[in-house]
Amino acid sequence: MAQVDAPLRRTLSDFASDPAAVVGLFLLAVILVAAIAAPLISPQNPYDLAQLDIMNSRLPPGSRSPAGETFWLGTDDQGRDMLSAIFYGLRISLTVGVASTAVALALGLALGLAAAYIGGRTETVIMRIADIQLSFPAILIALILLAVLGQGTLKIIIALVTVQWAYYARTVRSAALVEKRREYVEAARGLALPPSRIVFRHILPNCLPPVIVVATVQVAAAIALEATLSFLGLGLPITEPSLGLLIANGYQYLLSGKYWISFFPGVALLLAIVSINLVGDRLRDALNPHLAR
Amino acid sequence: MLVYVIRRSVQAMFVLLVMSLLVFIGVYAIGNPVDILINPQADQLEREHAIAALGLDRPMWAQYAAFLSGALHGDLGRSFVHSTSALRLILERMPATLELALAAMLIAVVLGIPLGLWAGLKPNSVAGRSIMAGSILGFSLPTFWVGLMLIMVFSVMLGWLPSNGRGPTTELLGVPVSFLSVEGWRHLIMPATNLALFKLALLIRLTRAGTREALTQDYVRFARAKGLTNLRVIGVHVLRNILIPIVTVIGLEFGSVIAFAIVTETVFAWPGMGKLLIDSINLLDRPVIVAYLLVIVTLFIFINLVVDVLYSALDPRVRLAEA
Repeated sequence: MAQVDAPLRRTLSDFASDPAAVVGLFLLAVILVAAIAAPLISPQNPYDLAQLDIMNSRLPPGSRSPAGETFWLGTDDQGRDMLSAIFYGLRISLTVGVASTAVALALGLALGLAAAYIGGRTETVIMRIADIQLSFPAILIALILLAVLGQGTLKIIIALVTVQWAYYARTVRSAALVEKRREYVEAARGLALPPSRIVFRHILPNCLPPVIVVATVQVAAAIALEATLSFLGLGLPITEPSLGLLIANGYQYLLSGKYWISFFPGVALLLAIVSINLVGDRLRDALNPHLAR
Repeated sequence: MLVYVIRRSVQAMFVLLVMSLLVFIGVYAIGNPVDILINPQADQLEREHAIAALGLDRPMWAQYAAFLSGALHGDLGRSFVHSTSALRLILERMPATLELALAAMLIAVVLGIPLGLWAGLKPNSVAGRSIMAGSILGFSLPTFWVGLMLIMVFSVMLGWLPSNGRGPTTELLGVPVSFLSVEGWRHLIMPATNLALFKLALLIRLTRAGTREALTQDYVRFARAKGLTNLRVIGVHVLRNILIPIVTVIGLEFGSVIAFAIVTETVFAWPGMGKLLIDSINLLDRPVIVAYLLVIVTLFIFINLVVDVLYSALDPRVRLAEA
């Protein structure tokens, strides 16, 4: 049994040997907890209008309200506590990022596996579409889609899925093409197992490591893209303010020196992206058997 | 070579046709074309006139044919807001975007290649590690937020640079440009740096990886064994060999710089095509959106074609593989 779990343990110990990755993982854990527990740890519910007081608007960080609350990161133009708004914004940004990545992953895996296993014309059509799509930058495709479809949470997820699926389809196809020729697949075919079982139980698990790495990095890319689109006014509606929308909201006050409305949501966004990238970077090295240890 | 160029051109035309069909379906079939193409302030009589004039009562294939022939004649509709040809509006804004994109690319190349070379030659030094850490940061920083922070520091706090616009422009061969005057440079430098950041990080990584790989190759060892100076080994033997992939990436990334300029132009109120697109989306000026999409798609297909042809000229193996 010890030999069976050795690769996993080696991956973990490899991962732990890089201090930057451990810091990234720790940071990511903190961010996840803050996002999940936002309603519990936020000083106020930033979208309950009864809790907001317009008299508290645009206070600098560290100011106190007449009621005795301290706004550690200041307030926005509606008297909203920025710290609470950031916790809630993180929640929305991460939800959109993870949800769109999960859907794109499922779609990309299905199409990539189909292309590799069926081959022929199916493969040509799927991979040609992926090629054409990947020759345009993600932001351009997402902008085109949102300009045509209009705005909304569902629409931005559709846009993010459309932008991402091709990466997974390409990654899983190239892995599956290698696995398809292995002896264990031949053995499974020899046992007359149904194709769906061969694809999902035999080939898929062996294709996952590179896909996991791509997915990790893509979550960060999806969060950044959503923030950019929301900043441009094409992303999430104002009722669901992600970090990008918070930053956009502070843009107009920046020129008068009220930096905190844009600055702190940006720091939160940056920390989320950096921590995911650090973990993803290390995961790539740890899962890559070609790199010398 | 000629056969290859012709075949790639035919492929490009085909992609363009497919894209025009997609844009057509998106705007004319999914959305309601009456809402999209006719000014919402028009009254009933004007609407009926416009529907007949635009041929919206005809079958779908006839509409696509009319749209396509209009596009081929350079007629992509008229802007509601500016009351001029949508295509001309976009072409007027194009020089500003191209200038910004070229300036950004220049910054990325001038800084990125030396820094990447340094990090590749001394991967374990403090400088090498800092350069790499900086490049990870460059990948992670959201472009639009960095733009805001640049404005905050250099325009609001220090007051050194203007926060928006293009400044006074000078005519160069009939095209207005900013880079010929000091004031123009002061307007250009901040948005260009902002736009360059991501490509800078990319070029550093690419050059570093290429340098590290080249250093282990036989030709570098041989050059050293000949007793050449370090400067010559690196400047001639290493640099030349890593330059081919770098040149390709620079070409391919130029298109993405133009796309990302949408964000930078919005932050710095730079009067280019990207800002025009965002303004048009916000004002529901749909003919301009359609025209922008077709122009940018054409531009992209053209860039990809040029890079592919250049690449096959640089590296004969590509042509052999295609044939």
